[in-house]
Amino acid sequence: MTAPALTFDSLTMEFPGVRALDGVSFGVRGGSVHALMGENGAGKSTLLKILSGAYRPTAGALRLGGESKVFASTAEALAAGVAVIYQELHLVPEMTVAENLLLGRYPRRGLLLNRAALRAEATRLLQLVGEDISPDARLGRLPLAQRQMVEIAKALGRGAKIVAFDEPTSSLSAKETQRLFGIIRDLRDRGHAILYVTHRMDEVYETCDAATVLRDGRHVVTHESLAGVTRDALVKSMVGRELTNIYNYRPRAHAPDGLAVRGLAGPGLKAPVSFAVARGEILGFFGLVGAGRSELMRLLCGAVAPEAGEVRVHGALVAGGSPRAAIRDGLVFCPEDRKKEGIIGIRSVAENINLSARRSQLRAGVFLDHGWEKANAAAQIARLGVRCASADTLIGLLSGGNQQKAILARWLSEQVRVVVLDEPTRGIDIGAKSEIYALIHDLAAAGTSVVIVSSELPEVLGIADRVIVMREGLVAAEFPRATATPEAVLHAALPAAAA
Amino acid sequence: MSKPLAAPSTFARVWESAGMLLVLALLFLGCSLFVENFLTVTNLRGLALAVATIGMVACTMMFCLAAGDFDLSVGSVVAFAGVLGATVMNATGSVLAGALAALASGALIGLVNGVFVARLGINALITTLASMQIVRGLGFIVSDGRAVGIRTDAFFAFGNSALLGIPTPVWLTAGCFLLFGGLLNLTVFGRNALAIGGNKEAAHLAGVPVTRIKVVIFTLQGLVAAFAGLVLAARMTSGQPNTSQGLELEVISACVLGGVSLSGGVARIGAVIAGVLIMGLVQNAMNLLNIPPFYQYVARGCILLGAVMLDRLKQRI
Repeated sequence: MTAPALTFDSLTMEFPGVRALDGVSFGVRGGSVHALMGENGAGKSTLLKILSGAYRPTAGALRLGGESKVFASTAEALAAGVAVIYQELHLVPEMTVAENLLLGRYPRRGLLLNRAALRAEATRLLQLVGEDISPDARLGRLPLAQRQMVEIAKALGRGAKIVAFDEPTSSLSAKETQRLFGIIRDLRDRGHAILYVTHRMDEVYETCDAATVLRDGRHVVTHESLAGVTRDALVKSMVGRELTNIYNYRPRAHAPDGLAVRGLAGPGLKAPVSFAVARGEILGFFGLVGAGRSELMRLLCGAVAPEAGEVRVHGALVAGGSPRAAIRDGLVFCPEDRKKEGIIGIRSVAENINLSARRSQLRAGVFLDHGWEKANAAAQIARLGVRCASADTLIGLLSGGNQQKAILARWLSEQVRVVVLDEPTRGIDIGAKSEIYALIHDLAAAGTSVVIVSSELPEVLGIADRVIVMREGLVAAEFPRATATPEAVLHAALPAAAA
Repeated sequence: MSKPLAAPSTFARVWESAGMLLVLALLFLGCSLFVENFLTVTNLRGLALAVATIGMVACTMMFCLAAGDFDLSVGSVVAFAGVLGATVMNATGSVLAGALAALASGALIGLVNGVFVARLGINALITTLASMQIVRGLGFIVSDGRAVGIRTDAFFAFGNSALLGIPTPVWLTAGCFLLFGGLLNLTVFGRNALAIGGNKEAAHLAGVPVTRIKVVIFTLQGLVAAFAGLVLAARMTSGQPNTSQGLELEVISACVLGGVSLSGGVARIGAVIAGVLIMGLVQNAMNLLNIPPFYQYVARGCILLGAVMLDRLKQRI
């Protein structure tokens, strides 16, 4: 067995009130793909940020090729051959692919930019990832999957020997995911050390050679080989408890007159969409990326003004094109992109929770009720188990799962009738997922209509009473729970040519 | 590209809430000890009067910045409101008519700014840069480029009156601080403004009426700037089309000194008041020390840079 190319050496990272990492040590060998797993707040993101030079650890260091190091900046990390590919890509959408690839180290001829050399080098880098992308294309015009390839090529161009991926497949389609895996294997075969952060168990077994599990900032176990390591054993070490049925599905009584959508049309939809959700029912929407699910949800919740159609909640017509009107009628929306559209990162957890519901808690019709604000934030934090140092902590400092719980808390502070959740568990670990599923069931059991959009088939099948499949801007099929088999649902979601 | 949010240390939090007050206290102490004639009733009254205009306008600029915008037209509105108020008062002989005309025009200018920025989505820099020039021009047109002397005694008697030994304009500024501080901290409007500055899209999806709040903020900004212009005209006994050039930058400087984030989402009234007073105090001390005005510009710029550096530094500690 070769010596590790990268070793984490008793890394500890402390934030006020939280120890995000506590003496974590393990090694990643060259020529292997090493999975890094753990629940939300287990410390994976913190570890990556230390690796990329964004954070300096409170104690401990990294060891690269026998040398002990702490990166003071991302530039230092890059210079040492370490690249971290984040979910949010660090590219400039307005510039061309070639310009992005060589950003910061453009070839020059005297004082002028050497365009020919720029193009040639960019082409060479794109060949490394085997992707058919024009170096002259504007980056912003590329689909997300190709942008990710550009990011990988950019890292390779900087001589990265150690590449870390932070949930790279969370917004890729199945086909794109396979392409990415091909590239990752190719990198491994050329001797790169790869650290792969994911929540998806299938991916671990498909692409990874070794795995490390973190829990609550501590190192739990490192499997140098995954042979003989069962899925259950991995999950168990992540959550520290047995998870029997994470979806918690229980049949519920339904009552009519929940949400009724008739002939809703707008950007992203090829034909008007109609459907209804009973009170107490959970309706799942499945489809590939780009099938029009998120677009439909945005129309439904007033984020985008519909061109035609009507939405009724408990029989009452909801004014279109205004999230505010929808919320007043009890129709609330948790958007897909938590960071960009959900949280207000530089405000506190309490502020984020009380943002909407406070309008109905005013004193004299004008003044904030500080007592209510405090009490509601505390109650919701306790109810949903949001892990934060205090209600005054900036929400941007929390882990993804806890941010999502805080957004849910925002809506649970309201009198909700219909909850629309767009990818509510994206980038969230199994423990937090299971808590969110339980919450969704509680909501439905209390008579709320729930619409849940997900790209994870097991999730939709596990939680929904009924599944609507979308494909290329159209409703393709509808299945009651009894007949919603993975094969049938997936078949309906795939474009005709590919199926 | 978003930078990771670093967790604030205890020192940073203390600095955040009281840092500028501390700087103000130290400056005050230093000036009292080392600057001759600083700690006299006459001088302190003059100092307070000198920051009255900046103070009033800073109240609404704080809201503008908190919501992620800014307004460059305030200096022009101050001048225009003074000139228009004076002209209408002279024409009608009525203080009330003049004041109403000035306030209404200020609010209207703000409303137009707000509609352009919030509803039509035009960049705030461009919009208010344009209105800054338009309104300055209107001031010159109304006054024909000359100061408009006010013939109504009651008006400038009011501008130069005092209550309990404190000049009326200073009371009015204090009133603005109280009113807008309350608006920021005690009402949904204030919280919503901060939410918009923090993340406009998230605020919109959470049911915050983003467009309406932004329009209201700009309208208030115009109204308050016009009010400040009237008070200034009353003090000077005339409406002057040339006055308050560069006021917008002084006001934004004071807000930044007071820890208001230029990218929005963070604002504290106490710190803004401290920022306003620091600006006035430094100016006053330099006058007392007979530092020539040309050097004062340099010093003011350096102070602003210094404050921003301090702010940066605190994030590392």
